[in-house]
Amino acid sequence: MLQVFPDVRGRFGDFGGKYVPETLMGPLQELEDALDEAMNDEAFLDEYHHVLQEYAGRPTALTYGDKITKELGGAKIYLKREDLNHTGAHKLNNAIGQALLAKRMGKKKIIAETGAGQHGVASATVAAKFGLECKVFMGEEDIRRQELNVFRMKLLGAEVISVSSGNGTLKDATNEAIRYWVANCEDHFYLIGSVVGPHPYPRMVRNFQRVIGDESREQFQAVEPVLPDRIYACVGGGSNAMGMFYPFLEDDVELVGVEAAGKGTDTPEHAATLTKGTPGVIHGSLTYLMQDENGQITEPYSISAGLDYPGIGPEHAHLFKSKRVRYEAITDQEALDALKLLTETEGIIPAIETAHALAQAFKEAGSMSEAQTILINVSGRGDKDMATLMDHFKEEVDHAH
Amino acid sequence: MLTKTAFQGKLTKTENLFIPFVVAGDPSPELTIEYALRLQEQGADILELGVPYSDPLADGPTIQRAAKRALNAGMSLRKAIRLVPELRKHGLEIPVVIFTYYNPVLQVGHEDFFELLEENGVEGVLIPDLPFEESEEVRTLAEEKSIEFISLVAPNSDQRIKQIAENAKGFLYCVSTLGVTGERNEMSKEAFDFIERVREHSSVPVAVGFGISNYEHVKLVNEYADGVIIGSKIIRVIEAGIEKVEQGRREEALQDFSQEIEKLIKG
Repeated sequence: MLQVFPDVRGRFGDFGGKYVPETLMGPLQELEDALDEAMNDEAFLDEYHHVLQEYAGRPTALTYGDKITKELGGAKIYLKREDLNHTGAHKLNNAIGQALLAKRMGKKKIIAETGAGQHGVASATVAAKFGLECKVFMGEEDIRRQELNVFRMKLLGAEVISVSSGNGTLKDATNEAIRYWVANCEDHFYLIGSVVGPHPYPRMVRNFQRVIGDESREQFQAVEPVLPDRIYACVGGGSNAMGMFYPFLEDDVELVGVEAAGKGTDTPEHAATLTKGTPGVIHGSLTYLMQDENGQITEPYSISAGLDYPGIGPEHAHLFKSKRVRYEAITDQEALDALKLLTETEGIIPAIETAHALAQAFKEAGSMSEAQTILINVSGRGDKDMATLMDHFKEEVDHAH
Repeated sequence: MLTKTAFQGKLTKTENLFIPFVVAGDPSPELTIEYALRLQEQGADILELGVPYSDPLADGPTIQRAAKRALNAGMSLRKAIRLVPELRKHGLEIPVVIFTYYNPVLQVGHEDFFELLEENGVEGVLIPDLPFEESEEVRTLAEEKSIEFISLVAPNSDQRIKQIAENAKGFLYCVSTLGVTGERNEMSKEAFDFIERVREHSSVPVAVGFGISNYEHVKLVNEYADGVIIGSKIIRVIEAGIEKVEQGRREEALQDFSQEIEKLIKG
């Protein structure tokens, strides 16, 4: 069944694998051996869950959105509140898991890539907490756009390395982090922020994020007689969605991944990898990606920096091809509208990434029956997006009050 | 030591091999031809013709810049392969290895890729992000077409060294040090122990690359290995000539290039 993926070669059906320079094959094997050993060690898992509980503040709440449900007039809407996780998003779950693994492997230095800065902040946070040295690779364009998160990382004691190669965004920061790791793999641990990269990263990150789905399942069953009819999550690299979906893969639950359609999937400015991309290799993994006819990787676009990535995790590629998960795409404008609606009805300002999942769910909720239920993963909070939101809403908000 | 099929018999010696790397189309296809011919004049035994890629994971800043220049000049995998008959027309006789990342190959398709290589008289292929475990299909196709599939082996390949070396074709590319391509000041002692271990298992010439940037390195590596692979250093020389080319002083740039390569190889 689905749950045996990935296989021994790191494959999720046709996707995944290890498409990396020979120099990384050794370090990846070392990582895989250490990971397998750790995940079979109860003491390690206990420590991971203990840190999640007493440091990150888990379990995060499951909130029934009574007002938004009433507003849309259809399925009952539940929200999984990853926005309440320490540092403001689901990213920390994975960072904690990998930092504990790094420590266990005796690696005192971690490196990480970041786009919007959320994974960079999560990495800098665990580095501070566990006494590790941390370098965060970030594109120079993203550094300019995300001043606040850059400062947060520095305040936490991390070194932020500006990447000017390529277009200076997440794709290039990831390339540079991998290059740095190739040269320094003996004493550095590469803490990848999503379910992407070569095997065993997609599996490892999924397993450190499945706590989202595991908790949701338990919490949901405590308040409803059956599992939700549909579950929605946004997808960039896809870690919050994989973490939410994975424990439900074998259930009769419709799973919906929502990509960023940017200015529209009929324009060149989008990040809808599954909707518009084709199979290929990016960052060491065979998956879907955005590329030109010569196999050169192209730059994506989304208002949300966290979804602005030209690839997607290989397990999503498999779930897409096998049709187990339905993937949709939401534009910048639709996401902003959904963000505003949730804020006004529920008093929750979500991240713009999350707003993509909300928008798709809101589109569909009204046409579902009142007996049906929806679960949406609120992957992060919107604090980091205030500058963008002010650009879009300031006039409207000031005018209204 | 040299297998009879090595590059269809075109490789005429088995030691002190000089294997230069240039990026096709950097800074233009015409100049790639000129530089390749001059490398042959300076004693190159095999030419590694690099295909520019948007995301070259194994490469340092020098080759990244070269790739960007070549992409801006419109180069692609198909065009790079079709440059090989042009090189021949102008007098290039040494075997050519196409060096390309895997994604462009996937987009052309495995079968079509090898058809193209065969049609255009390419002797070898090297895909730096296709390790042994992922390359079975490609290795089989290469064998069918008698095209050498060049493998890389690294200092941390450990127990994989034997498997990789025993299956090596053409020549074996020994990565001298952990890291990406680029010039380095020193070669480590461990590098030479590693080369020894590789040679024990290899039936093809063992050439060393990554970081070789002066005559001292070349001399030293040739004592331990069967040849040197030089990329970034050569690209820096090409890069240094771009201004002269743009000013219309093309012959001067080519002369400078020949001189620099001679210094690098012959001291």
